[in-house]
Amino acid sequence: MAKGIIKVKAKTSGEKTKVKLMAKHIMESGQRKDKKTGEMIPAMFLKELKVMHAGKDVFMANLGTAISKNPYFAFNFAGGTKGDELTMTWVESTGATGTEIAKIK
Amino acid sequence: MSMNRRSVIKVIATGGALIGASVLMPRIAMAAWTTKAFEAEDQATAMNELLGSAVEESAEVTLKAPDIAENGAVVPVTIRSSMAGVEAISVFVEHNPTPLVAEFIIPEGTDADVSTRLRMGKTSKVTAVVKANGKFYSASKEVKVTIGGCGG
Repeated sequence: MAKGIIKVKAKTSGEKTKVKLMAKHIMESGQRKDKKTGEMIPAMFLKELKVMHAGKDVFMANLGTAISKNPYFAFNFAGGTKGDELTMTWVESTGATGTEIAKIK
Repeated sequence: MSMNRRSVIKVIATGGALIGASVLMPRIAMAAWTTKAFEAEDQATAMNELLGSAVEESAEVTLKAPDIAENGAVVPVTIRSSMAGVEAISVFVEHNPTPLVAEFIIPEGTDADVSTRLRMGKTSKVTAVVKANGKFYSASKEVKVTIGGCGG
């Protein structure tokens, strides 16, 4: 887990912070066949995603395999100032997890 | 005798704590990834497993999705609600192999306004369910998926 997979654009308007984030992930559904071997490719997808701001959860998602490749999410939350940190935690279906930090602009 | 009484009180106290914990449990379980709901192969089962309650259609839930999606692999959707006290939003695609797409937990302070992108195997009804004040409200929309990719 060297590099982060989540790209975040978070902008505050003073009252609200708009967050757009995209995770670089294949979101393998487990329903595709490997063209060469004819075997099913096992599912591998992001299962959970949590965004925290100032020690408080601002967004949580439980995901299934029908979320597109490179999942994209947008939401707004009250508060947040320029320079604040957002902490993203994700869990993959394989059990792998990661935590990344992004700043509000 | 007094020792005995004390231990009885102790037992009652711990029992009480346990009851308290079990009352809190469903809340915690709600937030977790519900395997049964995500793996359900029809929408009714998925809804039942995830929500466990009746769903009522409401004009206060807005589901924004394209009428025609040329590429079923990336279907942008936005779910909004003007209701107060929204706790969670879930999305279902009826004709997908597993209809439950995602469940979003909306903590206090976060708007009931979430956008994402879905995968759709074929033309299907997309349903958004908003949980507000412990009740469930929904909005649906038929999204046509063209496989040809030439714009139909």
